[in-house]
Amino acid sequence: MRNLWIFINRYNAFFFFIIFFTIGIYLTVSNNSYQRSVAVNSTNEVVGTAYKNLNVLKKYLNLGDVNDSLAAENAKLKTELLALNSIDSAKNVVVKDTLNNTQYTYLSARVIKNSITLRNNIITINRGTADGIASGMAVISPGTGVVGYIRDVSEHLATIESLLHKDTKVSVTLKKNNALGTLVWGAKNFDYRKAYIKDVPNHFKIALKDTVVTSGFSRFPPGIPVGRVSNTGIATGDNFMTIEIDLFNDFSTLQYVYVIKDKLAEEQKALESKLPNEQ
Amino acid sequence: MNSKIILVNIFRWFLLLFIQILLLRNLSFYSLATPFVYILFLLLLPFKTPNLLLYLIAFATGLTLDAFYDTLGVHTAACVTLAFVRISFIAVTVNKDNFDEPEPTLGNMGFKWFSIYAILCTFAHHLVLFFLETFRLTEFSYTLLRGLLSAIFTLFLIILIEFIFYNRKAR
Repeated sequence: MRNLWIFINRYNAFFFFIIFFTIGIYLTVSNNSYQRSVAVNSTNEVVGTAYKNLNVLKKYLNLGDVNDSLAAENAKLKTELLALNSIDSAKNVVVKDTLNNTQYTYLSARVIKNSITLRNNIITINRGTADGIASGMAVISPGTGVVGYIRDVSEHLATIESLLHKDTKVSVTLKKNNALGTLVWGAKNFDYRKAYIKDVPNHFKIALKDTVVTSGFSRFPPGIPVGRVSNTGIATGDNFMTIEIDLFNDFSTLQYVYVIKDKLAEEQKALESKLPNEQ
Repeated sequence: MNSKIILVNIFRWFLLLFIQILLLRNLSFYSLATPFVYILFLLLLPFKTPNLLLYLIAFATGLTLDAFYDTLGVHTAACVTLAFVRISFIAVTVNKDNFDEPEPTLGNMGFKWFSIYAILCTFAHHLVLFFLETFRLTEFSYTLLRGLLSAIFTLFLIILIEFIFYNRKAR
């Protein structure tokens, strides 16, 4: 027993290393799994407040860009509104949604922390459970482009699993021929302006500059523009091809985002859970 | 350990983490090389730090970084690895009974010793960091490339900082 103690004491650096390294690995694995329980992240009160305060200066310096993007979005919405109004008045019918409400409601949020340099990037926003945010909601950027899914939520803060994350997948379709695919990031390179569409059937003819929009099969509403095809010649060797696209939104200058609340999400989930597992 | 050394180290901890989180978090070359200069704090801890305390400090520093980077456990494991490499390297190269110098700085230990020390620690830290972050082997070569380039970037900054605050002890 005494010899064992001397042995452990002599190589204490190594045994401490094993203990602490195991804790580190355990934390990593538990953070990677779907069920996360430890709250050491930027929805944490201390970290969140720090980021909120640090972001004030950045927010001020980016006012010009944000103004431009909001003005552009305003113009676009006004054009659409005008078009809708004119159609209605010409036909002289009142369009009424039978649900008495729209399926999707948007909630604007300010980005207080963002990163684009890591393999798995996380965005923090200044909305939380107090504003009705729940884990799993879709997030888009003003104007065009998808941002990601809500990951952890605290009372006044929430983290978003950015599109620039290895676990984020969005169902997308090509506007021209409705070819379905899965949008992922980081398959070939980690440029934050590029993403890849996997699992597009080989028989589709895809041209450069084709627009890619969300399909509505993931939690995003259908028809949100995502990007433009920039490279089609990525060989995978099976019946599906991979396409490279240029993203419409710039993650490096993200200041405001919209969180999308889907009214029917719970209902759809409950209904689909009755199906036998297809896999 | 006197109180001056403790104060200097606390100040260094805040300063380096501040720089890391505020400035370097959004800095990268072509999404390939990202510097993690905060490890300089762990490199410069006094020689006489007990092993357990060193591990606890490394653990706490890693956990703080993880909270700000939203990568729970990744920096923690990397910092603990760095602590192990540091202890092993110092045990092999420095006579533990009579320390001439309080801290392993460039000015105290000379360029040759410090650069080898920094290279070993930085590479160990960065490789663990990048492989745990990616957490899959399909991107092995790319992760390795990112880890090595980032380590070179970090080393460059660390040695630059050490030269700026270079003060050779007058003998």
